[in-house]
Amino acid sequence: MAYNFKETMNKPERLAPGHRMCAGCGGTIAVRNVLRGLHEGDKAVIGNATGCLEVSTFTYPYTSWEDSYIHNAFENAGATMSGVEGAYKALKRKGKLSENFKFITFGGDGGTYDIGFQSLSGAMERNHDMVYVCYDNGAYMNTGIQRSSATPMYADTTTTPVGSQSDGKPQNRKDLAAIIAAHDVPYVAQTTFIQNFKDLHIKSEKAIYTPGAAFLNIMAPCPRGWRYNTPDIMEICKLAVETCYWPLFEVVEGKWILNYEPKSKKPIEDFLKPQGRFKHLFKKENEYLLEAFQKEVDRRWEELLFRCSGTVNR
Amino acid sequence: MAKRDRLSGNEAVAIALRQINPDVFPAFPITPSTEIPQYFASFAANGEVDTEFIPVESEHSSMSAAIGASAAGARALTATSSCGLAYMWEELYIAASNRLPLALALVNRALSGPININCDHSDSMGARDSGWIQVYAENNQEAYDNMVQAFRISEHNDVRLPIMICQDGFITSHAVENIELLEDEEVKGFVGAYEPENYLLNPECPMAVGPYSVTDYYMEAKRNQAEGTRHVERVMLEVAEEFEKLSGRAYGLFEAYRLEDADRAVVMIGSAAGTTKDAIDKLREKGEKVGLLKIRLFRPFPADAIAEALKNVKAVAVMDRAEGYTNQGGPLGADVMSALFRARSSALAVNIVYGLGGRDVRVEDMEQVFAELKTIIDNNDAGETYRYMGVRE
Repeated sequence: MAYNFKETMNKPERLAPGHRMCAGCGGTIAVRNVLRGLHEGDKAVIGNATGCLEVSTFTYPYTSWEDSYIHNAFENAGATMSGVEGAYKALKRKGKLSENFKFITFGGDGGTYDIGFQSLSGAMERNHDMVYVCYDNGAYMNTGIQRSSATPMYADTTTTPVGSQSDGKPQNRKDLAAIIAAHDVPYVAQTTFIQNFKDLHIKSEKAIYTPGAAFLNIMAPCPRGWRYNTPDIMEICKLAVETCYWPLFEVVEGKWILNYEPKSKKPIEDFLKPQGRFKHLFKKENEYLLEAFQKEVDRRWEELLFRCSGTVNR
Repeated sequence: MAKRDRLSGNEAVAIALRQINPDVFPAFPITPSTEIPQYFASFAANGEVDTEFIPVESEHSSMSAAIGASAAGARALTATSSCGLAYMWEELYIAASNRLPLALALVNRALSGPININCDHSDSMGARDSGWIQVYAENNQEAYDNMVQAFRISEHNDVRLPIMICQDGFITSHAVENIELLEDEEVKGFVGAYEPENYLLNPECPMAVGPYSVTDYYMEAKRNQAEGTRHVERVMLEVAEEFEKLSGRAYGLFEAYRLEDADRAVVMIGSAAGTTKDAIDKLREKGEKVGLLKIRLFRPFPADAIAEALKNVKAVAVMDRAEGYTNQGGPLGADVMSALFRARSSALAVNIVYGLGGRDVRVEDMEQVFAELKTIIDNNDAGETYRYMGVRE
């Protein structure tokens, strides 16, 4: 079915308003759009790792979730949903349940790349019929902008502060989508908020309705942690894609597919400049850091092109 | 009709689980509990159960998945030992505070370090304040019988708390004993179907589990949880009564062995109680008035009933198979002494740490304990109240 922006956006909200997430938060944009991938009338159980999303959307006695929802702890969203999905299979097999359910778990990059990595890896390897969605804002934002293994190189965070002896985070970010793809799961995709949300919508729907384990990595900017002008979120996402910092791709049954190739790749400065966390890179004496950043983006982009060779399409 | 068999404690518990046929069983191997999921995986592979068996990648995940499954509306359980239980620690509290009736087959083993695979109770004692019901067994028969009764207690509407069914690593888990099994149909009928009120997979009404609870609500949540705990003793006795009708085997909150007229008593948990009974029988033949109180339910702690059962003893040795590092003794010692104090008991009490990391307990050792209690009575002085048994100093 062709993507219809108006129709998609007018679907009933499954994350009700009134929650306590920040204005302009990328996390809730990711959640609402992923949930639009569910077909109307289909039931779902939503899982959630501890993080901003959990503490702000399910503060007792209120919940924003229209579907059944479970938060267990920080590091075990994958395992928890394994159990929910296991219960579903068992109850179906025993004839105690006739309705169909879908299983979607959300975690930030802290709960996904780092502390929840083992639990996620186990759930993906066991190929539970579920979607794990990482809303990746590149740091532990809930506890106050500490570095994670998703934090890009040189970012100024509260545990990699820029100082006279520090240029920010010394290491590159972990390529989690590739790592999950190496688990040989049926569907992996990386996306963000682009144009009319078509890319995110299509990938969400595919992830939800692909039997077996699926993983979505969604770049979800955090205006507080990244320190950009809050209303510019769509522009930030566009620059992440146009500079090839955050490429849009899918891995379907092991096959790598590049979904978008910019006509002319923009310099990485365009993405970094509007963000306060990279302010120090634009000092005259730090030009070499920008060069190193660019070099890393280029290396990863080339690697991705190689993986996707011959498959630039949608 | 009961069936006689020769089984290890692990196999007996695995058979109980086959008879219960739970919905979801996530597990990760750790000595000495490994055999329980291993036997169960064979039952599943051969179609003897229709449980969803999930071989997860860690114990943290086995408890996490059991929590997810239980919240989803399934009858769920897992099994573990020692460091596996320690790794679940965070999740134990979450299971209890979510009021999820799930079970854990715990095979007691010493915690590291040094790493040791043999029995003591340091693992479950570390989890004693987690909100779980803790039930202990002396032998394979009790381990089996406790497992059969577990879900009835845990799922009871007035309780709705997770339950830990404990047995001693290797001593009962691996040793083969004669045992009486119930028929499959008898167990099925006794345990019954699990019909939760609210659950994630309820198509009629969604549910949200695991909220962020601020200062304004957290304390009420914990108080509410304590309410469930208050009903455990009564429910456990009701279930035991029904179980006795089915099996002919009687259970209480604890077992009082030749305690009625005893002036000296030992209080302990687990397999060493069998050894202690032998010592008691020998001493009784010589006319000594000695007895045993063997704990079955440790959490919640039936303090009043224990104090009542000990009201006539002049001296008591509380035996802890775990250190408390309080400079006072172990956790059972603390609880029993506090129960005696509250009952205004005049008994002289000592706390003896024993059997750590599988250190053997012999009949002579327990005879020596009763001899020490005699000295205490003769001197009318408990002396050192924090003692060790069977250690090289």
